[in-house]
Amino acid sequence: MPVITYRQALNDALAEELERDENVVVMGEEVAEYNGAYKITDGLWKRFGGKRVIDTPISEAGFIGLGVGAAMMGMRPVMELMFWSFAYVAYDQIINNAGCVRYMSGGLINCPLVIRGPANGGTNVGATHSHTPENFLANTPGLKVVSPATPYDAKGLMKSAIRDNDPVCVMENTLLYGDQGEVPEGEYLIPIGVADVKREGTDVSLIAHGRAVLTALAAAHRLHEEFNISAEVVDLRSIRPLDEETVLASVRKTHRAVLVDENKPFCGVSAQIASMIQERAFDDLDAPVQRVCSLDAPAIYSPPLEALQLPTADRIIQKVLAIS
Amino acid sequence: MSVTRAEKPKKTGRNPVDYATAAINADLTKEQKLGFLADMLRIRRFEQASLKLYQQGKMGGFLHLYIGQESVAVGTLALMGENDHAITAYRDHGHALVVGMSMNECMAELLGKATGCSKGKGGSMHFFAPDKNFWGGHGIVAGQTPLGLGIAYALKYQGLKGCCLTYLGDGAVNQGVYHESLNLASLWDIPVVYIIENNQYSMGTSLARSSASKSCLAERAEGYNIDWDIVNGEDLYEVRAKTWDAIERAHEKCRPTVLEIDTYRYYGHSVADANAKKYRKPEEIEFYKQNHDPITLWENRLKEEGILDDAGLKKIDEAAKKEAAAAVQFAEDSPFPEVEDIFSDIYYEVDMGTESGQTGRHFFND
Ligand SMILES: Cc1ncc(C[n+]2csc(CCOP(=O)(O)OP(=O)(O)O)c2C)c(N)n1
Ligand SMILES: [Mg+2]
Repeated sequence: MPVITYRQALNDALAEELERDENVVVMGEEVAEYNGAYKITDGLWKRFGGKRVIDTPISEAGFIGLGVGAAMMGMRPVMELMFWSFAYVAYDQIINNAGCVRYMSGGLINCPLVIRGPANGGTNVGATHSHTPENFLANTPGLKVVSPATPYDAKGLMKSAIRDNDPVCVMENTLLYGDQGEVPEGEYLIPIGVADVKREGTDVSLIAHGRAVLTALAAAHRLHEEFNISAEVVDLRSIRPLDEETVLASVRKTHRAVLVDENKPFCGVSAQIASMIQERAFDDLDAPVQRVCSLDAPAIYSPPLEALQLPTADRIIQKVLAIS
Repeated sequence: MSVTRAEKPKKTGRNPVDYATAAINADLTKEQKLGFLADMLRIRRFEQASLKLYQQGKMGGFLHLYIGQESVAVGTLALMGENDHAITAYRDHGHALVVGMSMNECMAELLGKATGCSKGKGGSMHFFAPDKNFWGGHGIVAGQTPLGLGIAYALKYQGLKGCCLTYLGDGAVNQGVYHESLNLASLWDIPVVYIIENNQYSMGTSLARSSASKSCLAERAEGYNIDWDIVNGEDLYEVRAKTWDAIERAHEKCRPTVLEIDTYRYYGHSVADANAKKYRKPEEIEFYKQNHDPITLWENRLKEEGILDDAGLKKIDEAAKKEAAAAVQFAEDSPFPEVEDIFSDIYYEVDMGTESGQTGRHFFND
């Protein structure tokens, strides 16, 4: 199977969908002539032209709103946010318009929009550029939120997001863009709302999304090598809709859960998962559900410290040992 | 084409320019002219009936009445062709009726009934009829301004000769997203027509206390290289003539326009507006009612033209009242939505039972 980067996987997904459906357009700051701030859209403008791949001014509220209006009319705009952190100036358009228009119109209008871009800390760009708003977005019934961790998932989820008839927020990660992984040549889709067990285990379930999945996998490896503990790693892949059954099946097997989440702890995604596990698998648990989140402060700039602010394999291992 | 407020016809007395002779008005039939009167009266009678329901405590939330502004919706929306679309803010009842939504579905929506245009899920501020090219009904001030842009962008993308009439208030012009939209509209040659319904107040704040400008609000378009005009909203002929210029500019040149239509609302910002009589004098409201009521002025005009008499007027008005009364009856007789209905119309894929709608949990109740 060919090995390509997460970036290339996204690029392939966009290109294939642009090719397949002329209602698809890609818009955002620097996506066309500059080939993308993170080169996700590299070559697309040259290949598809300025009608399909469009540079916008720095007006997130304006162009995301434009995308919502175009989606209401049946187009499938894919809107790039240079960082999801910049979504905050467009929040009204995302939550009130994309998220609520179907409901408020009694189902008369739908909004097949994709909003995508990186949502991660860990790149030493300070608090304003390091937000992970997947929990805020998933809090809005009407929005869908996915967070791929691997090139394979990135491509399959992006294609599903574009074909979905509801607004989908795709949370990417600049630290993953260069990661390599196997991606099959032909067409495939990954359904939204289906989690994936990335490593099987019997002693504890590590449950994560996005880059935290990789941190959990690193921790699982060391738990096995150093402590002879068999950790299962569940990748949520999709946050809303949420594949609760895969999570619960894992917890019922291992009887212990440690949730790994680059969100902040207060009302982060893992808080939702923890609540769900105690409600539905309380009797299966041999220990309290534990969480490893980003340390609860704005993202610090200082490089060695920011690395510690995000979940680390060390912190995961400590939590696992504490309940084993 | 731009004029400054100083040159604008004074609000009192007859418009010195007779827009009745403008091309878009010259060929109007008697039936069409009477139709405009009927539509304005339908809006007024509908809203008066809704006010009663509100005062009887049968409605939740806000009720923003359009009364006094009827000539704007009727004058502009009646110009819509097959590929023209419209979107507005929360003061949306007038627009809804003019595009052809029924009084029944609108009144039922006000009462939160399952037979409402949004099945009782939107309420007064959120009426929609995409089948009539009407995209709402939006509650966040200026939030609709980029949506109108996107609708017009989609028309252009699809190769259709159309435009999107995008309404906003005199207070909404101070929101950033409106300015982002103007820039995009001009930069990308998008066939959108922004229509500022300047009723002189945003809630309790007068124009003078909210907006800095040299002469008017539309003039800000100048900075974005967008054509603009100001319009005397009480003259239906003028509203039509100037809006038609803007629509033609969108159709023929694919260029945006900003129109500022002077108008006036008689009621409080919403019916719940406790300060309705504090930020402006009752005499001011009375003055507008006496001298600038768009319906009275249109009636007088039609009488002068010899196509309306008192008996004819009465007949049209009675029909509007009857239609409104029947809508009240329909709304009152209609059922409320069921509790299960809370969970439909959120995700298309779930409602349609598609594969994508069946993977993962979408709602997080017990
Ligand atoms: C973003 C936002 N801020 C404030 C409000 C509350 N609000 C609703 S209408 C309104 C006044 C708007 O006035 P204007 O734009 O002139 O429209 P009009 O009500 O006169 O039609 C305000 C402050 C809101 N709905 N949305
Ligand atoms: Mg106003």
